[in-house]
Amino acid sequence: MSSLPNSGLKAFVNARLMDPASDLDVAGGLIVKDGKISDVAPGLFADGAPKGAEVIDCEGHLLAPGLIDARAYLGEPGQEQKETMATASQAAAAGGITTIAAMASTDPCIDEVALVQYITRRARDTAIVNVVPTACVTRGRRGEEITEMGMLAEAGAVAFSDGHRAIGSPQVMRRALAYATGWDLLVIQHPEEPSMAASGAMNAGEMSTRLGIPGVPSIAEVMMVERDLRLVEMTGGRYHAACISTKASIDAIRQAKDKGLPVTCSAAAHHFALNELAVGEYRTFTKVSPPLRSEEDRLAVVAGLADGAIDCIVSDHSPHDQEAKRLPFAQAADGAIGLQTVLPLALELHHTKQVPLMRLLDALTRAPAKMLGLSSGRLAAGAPADLVLINLDMPWRITESMFLSRSKNSAFEDRPAQGRAIRTIVAGETVFDLSET
Amino acid sequence: MTKAAKPLDNPIPSSSQLAEGHLLGIEGLNPLEIGYLLDKAEGYVDHNRQVDKKLDILKGRTQINLFYENSTRTRASFELAGKRMGADVINMAVEGSSIKKGETLIDTAMTLNAMQPDILVVRHDQSGAVNLLAQKVDGAVINGGDGSHEHPTQALLDALTIRRRKGTLSGLTVAICGDIAHSRVARSNIHLLNIMGAQVRLIGPPTLVPKSFERMGLEVHHDMRKGLKDVDIVMMLRLQMERMQGSYVPSTNEYFHFWGLDYEKLSAAKPDAMIMHPGPMNRGVEIATDVADDIDRSAIREQVEMGVAVRMACLEVLCAQRQAS
Repeated sequence: MSSLPNSGLKAFVNARLMDPASDLDVAGGLIVKDGKISDVAPGLFADGAPKGAEVIDCEGHLLAPGLIDARAYLGEPGQEQKETMATASQAAAAGGITTIAAMASTDPCIDEVALVQYITRRARDTAIVNVVPTACVTRGRRGEEITEMGMLAEAGAVAFSDGHRAIGSPQVMRRALAYATGWDLLVIQHPEEPSMAASGAMNAGEMSTRLGIPGVPSIAEVMMVERDLRLVEMTGGRYHAACISTKASIDAIRQAKDKGLPVTCSAAAHHFALNELAVGEYRTFTKVSPPLRSEEDRLAVVAGLADGAIDCIVSDHSPHDQEAKRLPFAQAADGAIGLQTVLPLALELHHTKQVPLMRLLDALTRAPAKMLGLSSGRLAAGAPADLVLINLDMPWRITESMFLSRSKNSAFEDRPAQGRAIRTIVAGETVFDLSET
Repeated sequence: MTKAAKPLDNPIPSSSQLAEGHLLGIEGLNPLEIGYLLDKAEGYVDHNRQVDKKLDILKGRTQINLFYENSTRTRASFELAGKRMGADVINMAVEGSSIKKGETLIDTAMTLNAMQPDILVVRHDQSGAVNLLAQKVDGAVINGGDGSHEHPTQALLDALTIRRRKGTLSGLTVAICGDIAHSRVARSNIHLLNIMGAQVRLIGPPTLVPKSFERMGLEVHHDMRKGLKDVDIVMMLRLQMERMQGSYVPSTNEYFHFWGLDYEKLSAAKPDAMIMHPGPMNRGVEIATDVADDIDRSAIREQVEMGVAVRMACLEVLCAQRQAS
């Protein structure tokens, strides 16, 4: 964060407080001191704010813990032409996100202690929201030798992931999960059987057949998830399947949770907001990994979010420049930006009554905080004053011109939306205010 | 100064492997047998410090050291033990032998057996190979280390070292640290310490100290400072090079950071905790040089000395047992 926490009191009054961690949904107020929440209560300040406090009138809007995005690629180091921590954090702030877990698949990738420290330093110096580093599971993301996970965690890595590259060898995954138990570290898998997915560019199905694009079969995902679940059962390692996209793999995770395995998973917003038909006439901005799936799979993602089988919603923010995307479909890079669209897309599920609002916020605050071991993600005295003020009903349209990311490869351009972040607060300081844009 | 081979005071039950005239492992021995071997060995410690070390207890006996794996200290120790006891000792190294030409273990055993050796000391890289060989020969077989299975004379020499310093084994808390999963030294020591009433804790990364050891009734720790809390003995194990680079452990750097014995981690143990290592040491990987060389704490060189005495005792007891039966 660029600004120091303000030592003065700040009173958020007239808010609809909503906090999944304490199952709170009530009219009330919140007071911030020294960058931390010092009190939160229903009816707080009904008789007026304390003297000397800066008063922020929430006008009845929803005040929630700032969103936590467990999976975003921030460009630094190595691809600053696509994204920087400065630009990504501005986009995050505008999207209501107060903490980003930076993916380790940079160039060089984050597989050494010095690089974890670099991420932390760059974030401190240039980002306006919190950026927490993740580190690679294997050296060079080669899937062969595990990294110095213990020392990387000591240096601040909150989780371990090889980014959009699956850990293909079961023996390496077994060792990584077992080794991670020494510190209860989280291993994040890109759930895709690599040899099955190698040549594919979109979901294998009728659409890919018609377009003549090689497909990634949906079973490539469940094969990897089921394999990993066996290894979790064997090793006791804490496991997260990122960006899960198929009905079969969601069912597998659901069963594993019923068995009590230490397993979580996440869904990227595009996997519940779009299906494979969005590829249309070879729109490379819809080329993501795992690919957009069938409508049946999309509905399964929605259902998984509703019943909690899917713990978190992530942006899977993957900025790419024109050079990487203005190519024949199969040659184009995977990924879409998402920091500014994750909240409005999640709110769609609330407005269409498919997923309760509390559960959606849970998937964006409490669940990722718990998974990553963060003290934020809740409205509680002592927690960091990372907050988002959400106007649930504001109608607007997602347009290219509003994107603050250095890359503009959104799959949601021109999509109408309802509800957005109107103010974002990090450690008590406002880092985004819609009324000032 | 000679001692005659006396018949045993018969602490050996007939079901024991010692009764069959082999020492294949610690598992299955009873406290009396272990105590007996240690008492015998104790007597040779002072003897070995004399100028004239030659005895004639095993005069006329033939001892063959058959080493399928490289070894310096164990082979030298067995060779010296045999020679000091008066036996004729030959060493068979696998390098340049018919084994390299493709002879099977059993064929080699039968060939050597035809030469009527009284004692075969065997080291092999495969667990169970020494047991297999013992079924095929007439002489006494001593396991000099088989795969990841057992290394009984190492555990006995460790026990003798502990007993001489601490007076007893029973009631002590012993931490064994490092690559437990692949260590024959660890397995033999776990058995011996359990049999003799010591508490054993295992410390190391989860990849090298799997949870399955908990099912053996042992305490498993991945945090070395917690594992070393108030222990009497710290036994360090060697980390094999091939296990370091990312397969079981990411690097020697990380290994030393979390599981290398230095004074900081050692401060969790009792102030008079003794440090042991079967050798050869990787300084700066599993043990810091200053700790390894601390003459007040480290018993590492003493262990080597006890090794010869323990092996003399084992040779004597096995030969006496065979003579008696």
